[in-house]
Amino acid sequence: MSGLRYFAALYGTLTRTGIALQIQYRAANVIWMLGGIIEPVIYLVVWSTVAREQGGSADGWTPADFAAYYVTLMFVNHLTFAWVMHVFQFRIQQGELSFALLRPIHPIHSDIADNLGFKLVMLVVLIPAALVVAWTFEPRWNTGLAETLAFVPALILAFSVRFLTEWSLALAAFWTTRVTAVNNVYFTALIFLSGRVAPIDMLPGWLQTVSASLPFYWMVAFPVEVMLGRVPPGELAAGFATQLAWIAAALGMLSLVWTRAVRRFGAVGG
Amino acid sequence: MRFHKLRVLWVFFRIGAMNEMAYRANFFIQLFESLLNLGTALAIVAVVFGRTETLAGWTPPELVALVGVYFLVLGAISLVIAPSLERFMDDVRTGNLDFTLTKPEDSQFLVSFSEFRIWKSLDVVLGAGVLAAALTRMSTEVGVTEALTFGVALIAGATIVYSFWVMLATLSFWFIRVENILMIFWSMYAAGRWPVGIYPPWLRWTLTLVVPVAFAVTVPARAIGGRLEPGTLFGALALGAGLFVFSRWFWRFGIRHYSGASA
Repeated sequence: MSGLRYFAALYGTLTRTGIALQIQYRAANVIWMLGGIIEPVIYLVVWSTVAREQGGSADGWTPADFAAYYVTLMFVNHLTFAWVMHVFQFRIQQGELSFALLRPIHPIHSDIADNLGFKLVMLVVLIPAALVVAWTFEPRWNTGLAETLAFVPALILAFSVRFLTEWSLALAAFWTTRVTAVNNVYFTALIFLSGRVAPIDMLPGWLQTVSASLPFYWMVAFPVEVMLGRVPPGELAAGFATQLAWIAAALGMLSLVWTRAVRRFGAVGG
Repeated sequence: MRFHKLRVLWVFFRIGAMNEMAYRANFFIQLFESLLNLGTALAIVAVVFGRTETLAGWTPPELVALVGVYFLVLGAISLVIAPSLERFMDDVRTGNLDFTLTKPEDSQFLVSFSEFRIWKSLDVVLGAGVLAAALTRMSTEVGVTEALTFGVALIAGATIVYSFWVMLATLSFWFIRVENILMIFWSMYAAGRWPVGIYPPWLRWTLTLVVPVAFAVTVPARAIGGRLEPGTLFGALALGAGLFVFSRWFWRFGIRHYSGASA
């Protein structure tokens, strides 16, 4: 079977399995989703309050703008997030990784499929929730066909950046049992620099500079801003190129670390 | 035997301490995590106040005080109530609850305080520290009245949250996956880091009556800032007393109808 057809068939099966698995845990998953919905609502309310206190708009952002930002963020965050960093240590300790390594495919493929399955199934929950939020907070959209078309590649690239980076960082579990500490540093940086706490415009200048030189902005905030029409068409190409560069960096780190990790795992397991 | 409960409490605390002391590194991990969480919360407040002078009438020191109260209350819950009641939910399922019920002490008391995670006291200490620091910078005078109202509001809030947890835990006599409902609590609790007055009315009422975060965090924070109306304070006290009585009744109802794990 040729390479592409092989992967198409592989992902077809894995995604169907992933979807079936996620439907089994639908009650727990719905409750899990709650956090992803409440967080943007909280910051939406906070920033709208700030805007109202400043006489209607904070730095050009009105409450309606914030509403549009956070509703879009809800979707983008859902469609890009991964949970592999939380479970990798558990996977190693419980022996699941040993089983995964026996398969003739890289463990990352089933992770991707499970991830996509979860996201697809949980859109059933997210879309009504987002509609309720939109109905409550009355967002204002500047989105046209061009923005929507540019949004699709931005989103796919953002997902790739985030997933590959987090999967690579999850491999730290091979070297330490204190992954929670490592993860916490990452997630703290993530919520600030990827635009979840505040739109990047709202951050102090020095933090914006830091954000531009790290991948977090490209994981979440960039697709959101593309969708809202806040990225001028001239900068789109440069944006996509940066995302591709971060994907290449993540892939490089992944392949570098993975072989060492498996070797170490094999040496310890025995 | 009047101080029996206190002595049992002390035993539980010592057991928890001995368990945790075996893993000295956990202290530093918890310290790191608590500092990171606290730092994040304060940094977010700083970002917000980089763009405005006040937030819905709350000045920066008042909001920092709110963050301090949030961590203090969160730490107190995570210190003993949450781990103990989570263990109870497991014990119902595994049958270990039967052992607890054979002991000559009130079952609700045993179940609520059986597990101490002593390193979570770092959250309490850090929260109190942040609160104290914020108080020194507050524009309004913080005197004895404010301190007393704060203490009363904190006790009322703690009673409300505890009763709420007991009611949730009692559900596990009839439903198996109550842990998932706890996730809802933690998710909504994050909303308590901001004064509940900023939320739209439906969310404000949810955070007051459905998941009582408002009484646990915002009300004490307003008390210490000297801006609490007496009506709210009495409401908190009344709700605390009412919920405590109801949760106690509900617990005893659950225990009475509990048929045990064996056949």
